[in-house]
Amino acid sequence: MNDAVFVLTLAAAVGAAVPIALAALGELLAETSGVLNLGVEGMMLIGAVMAFQVGDASGSLWLALVVGGLAGALFSAIHAVLCVTLRANQIVSGLALVIFGTGLSTFIGKSIEGKPLDTDFTPIRWGFLADIPVLGPVLFDQDPMVYATIAIALVITFYLNRTKAGLAVRAVGESPGTADTMGVAVAAIRYVHVMLGGLLAGMAGAYLVLGQVPSWSQDGTTAGIGWIALALVVFASWRPLRVLLGAFLFGFARRANFWLQGEDWAPDIPAEFLSMLPYLLTIAVLVVWGSRDLRRRIGAPSALGVAYDRDER
Amino acid sequence: MSPAVEAGPGASPGQPAAIAAVNVTKRFPGVLATDAVDFCVWPGEVHTILGENGAGKSTLAAMLCGLYRPDEGHIERDGKQVRLRSPRDGLAYGIGMVHQHFRLVDRFTVAENVVLGDPHQARILDRRAIEERVAEIGEQFGLPIDPRAVISQLTVGQRQRVEIVKMLYRGADVLLLDEPTAVLTPPEVEALFTTVHSMTAEGKAIVFISHKLGEVMAVSDRVTVMRAGAVTGEVATADTNQRHLAELMVGHPVEIGTRRGSNIRADVALSATGVTVIDGDQTLVDNIDIEVHRGEIVGIAGVSGNGQRPLARALAGVITPTSGHVTVAGADVTGKGPKAARRAGLSFVPEDRLGTGLVPGLSLTDNMLLTRPRGFIVDRRSARAEIATAIDEYEIKTPGTEVQARNLSGGNSQKVLLARELAGLGDPGGPQAIIVSSPTRGLDIGAAEFVRGLLHDARERGAAVLIISEDLEEVRSLSDRIAVLYRGRIALEGATDELPFESIGLAMAGVAHEEAP
Repeated sequence: MNDAVFVLTLAAAVGAAVPIALAALGELLAETSGVLNLGVEGMMLIGAVMAFQVGDASGSLWLALVVGGLAGALFSAIHAVLCVTLRANQIVSGLALVIFGTGLSTFIGKSIEGKPLDTDFTPIRWGFLADIPVLGPVLFDQDPMVYATIAIALVITFYLNRTKAGLAVRAVGESPGTADTMGVAVAAIRYVHVMLGGLLAGMAGAYLVLGQVPSWSQDGTTAGIGWIALALVVFASWRPLRVLLGAFLFGFARRANFWLQGEDWAPDIPAEFLSMLPYLLTIAVLVVWGSRDLRRRIGAPSALGVAYDRDER
Repeated sequence: MSPAVEAGPGASPGQPAAIAAVNVTKRFPGVLATDAVDFCVWPGEVHTILGENGAGKSTLAAMLCGLYRPDEGHIERDGKQVRLRSPRDGLAYGIGMVHQHFRLVDRFTVAENVVLGDPHQARILDRRAIEERVAEIGEQFGLPIDPRAVISQLTVGQRQRVEIVKMLYRGADVLLLDEPTAVLTPPEVEALFTTVHSMTAEGKAIVFISHKLGEVMAVSDRVTVMRAGAVTGEVATADTNQRHLAELMVGHPVEIGTRRGSNIRADVALSATGVTVIDGDQTLVDNIDIEVHRGEIVGIAGVSGNGQRPLARALAGVITPTSGHVTVAGADVTGKGPKAARRAGLSFVPEDRLGTGLVPGLSLTDNMLLTRPRGFIVDRRSARAEIATAIDEYEIKTPGTEVQARNLSGGNSQKVLLARELAGLGDPGGPQAIIVSSPTRGLDIGAAEFVRGLLHDARERGAAVLIISEDLEEVRSLSDRIAVLYRGRIALEGATDELPFESIGLAMAGVAHEEAP
């Protein structure tokens, strides 16, 4: 077995996990407040293309990341207006976001199609920790966004479980009517969390063009990561730390080719199969989604996908 | 007893009222909901607002807790005028309302529900401190509750305790209880009354909203009776009795009579044998046997949620029982769907009148057509004639036959539904058996009495009638036999006049009792 390649693959998997985790954590926030946003892929594309343009023009990695995030948040506001204020069907609106995001990002990215962006995040070396075999390169020699993502997951866990505001968010996702009578501002909370979801998805897209893929292309940049993120939230039962773990597993699956190519025992997995994976997962999620009973059992927020109308109680 | 019993009408115990409504008037489009009402509660007192549905008692309570704002008049708290813009404002003034429909998040723990939306709560939750405080309040007022229990696993009675604790946690010392006993078993009602009295002993003021005379007499110090938006009397409980209160409430002397079937035949028109309904891993209806003879009313009593709904739906053919058989007038209709059950002579009045019984968006005429034999072309003319006759006979208040069913009040829509389901009664092709769920829920006394008369009449004309109702008084007043449903099983069954009230209450609460009647 080729150990060095395996460790490299593990280290690369951590990097590949970042955009999946960020997008899924964002979706988790939106869904916990009761709003399903299928438009993750669209928000990521918008974040990616905006980050590329800004990074290309300014050369500043961090400015590009922030702009990418804000673009995603702004884009997700469309979903919030449609689903929270106008009470549109969340699935339809989310799909519209994907289609619109694909089109709009292609348009914005016309001038930069195929152009390389010469940026990369500098890894942080944790002194001697980085020299530990296996663990060192995997955990202690990664770029700052890896650590930021872990921190975000921890903060979200604390926020949802240990703070007054987090309790209100969960109440809005479980029973908006109850939350409303207890003086919680249902619509405001849903807006904020849908847009936080957009922010994180936008940053996930931005991270892809800034740190992972060398250039912008509409179909090659996100390559279904948004759909994986959606599925991951369900498989992780809406728990942030499980999302983190799951993101790493999916990240590993995306990078496993490096390692498997050098192994004699490994079967040839066609690349087409891997690119099919996100959509297969989405179908699996929809099967789960179809069963109310199953949904409840795995811990889906009770009011997920349901618009709240105060007068309809 | 509470210290303020002496504080009868007009008497002041030397301190300002905990809460008072002064000359409040509230209008809704076309309705004068309350008309210049005065009402006050002293600290340490239980003051009941008694009235029929639509008498204005809920509107008055809503103004006291901040849900509505009075059009005229004002609310006083401890003698000072206050402006309540929302229930949140009300809570800030220490006024808490326990609604009939609980406002709880099922997935949350008791403690989480208690602190949800509490403005005084620190940003970061100290779970242990909150849980201790919740348990402490529970202990102090006789509301034993585990702060870490998840709501979905609690009984209805326990959920009500959580609601009360929630208000006490926020420092409410005026509590409004809206029809709190509607969902409780008799032993739970006893426990609630103990809690109420331990709260008044602490100087809290309790507003109790009810239309049940017996419990009003049992729990309150004073009673304000409302009718059609106005106060018709304010009396100390010690100076009155049920009959007097009923007169004030209805405006004329009332007789809540008992009626029994005069001609119960030997043949069974509706029967269930071993009917069981299992949903997932829950047994909703557990091996139930029922026989209803022609000319007989059988009443299914029980606290709601003990299998009434699935039982009714299984009998009516809406759902297929997991096992067991249902026959209507001798024909086995198990699993053949509602159409087959109807064809065999079964009529069904579901509890959910507008939605399952009537289509809200269809006209009264079209609603009548729904159960008529369907040819290719509908016979709207005869249906229209039929509903027009029913409007006269049943005194249905409606602008016409072509209005949408959703525009009718509860009582009138129930009458339309009964007109449809009872049509052809006595004919060989007409209804042989009738299942009625919650026949008078939400109806005022007049309409309720009318509906009960219709059911009695159907029995006398030879139909087998099955009533499923949470109103034990109603079941007892009409039924020849009673079966008590508890957790999907028949916990007690017998002739109404041979079942002591107490045994029925115990059976409803799931207390197994030794001697079979």
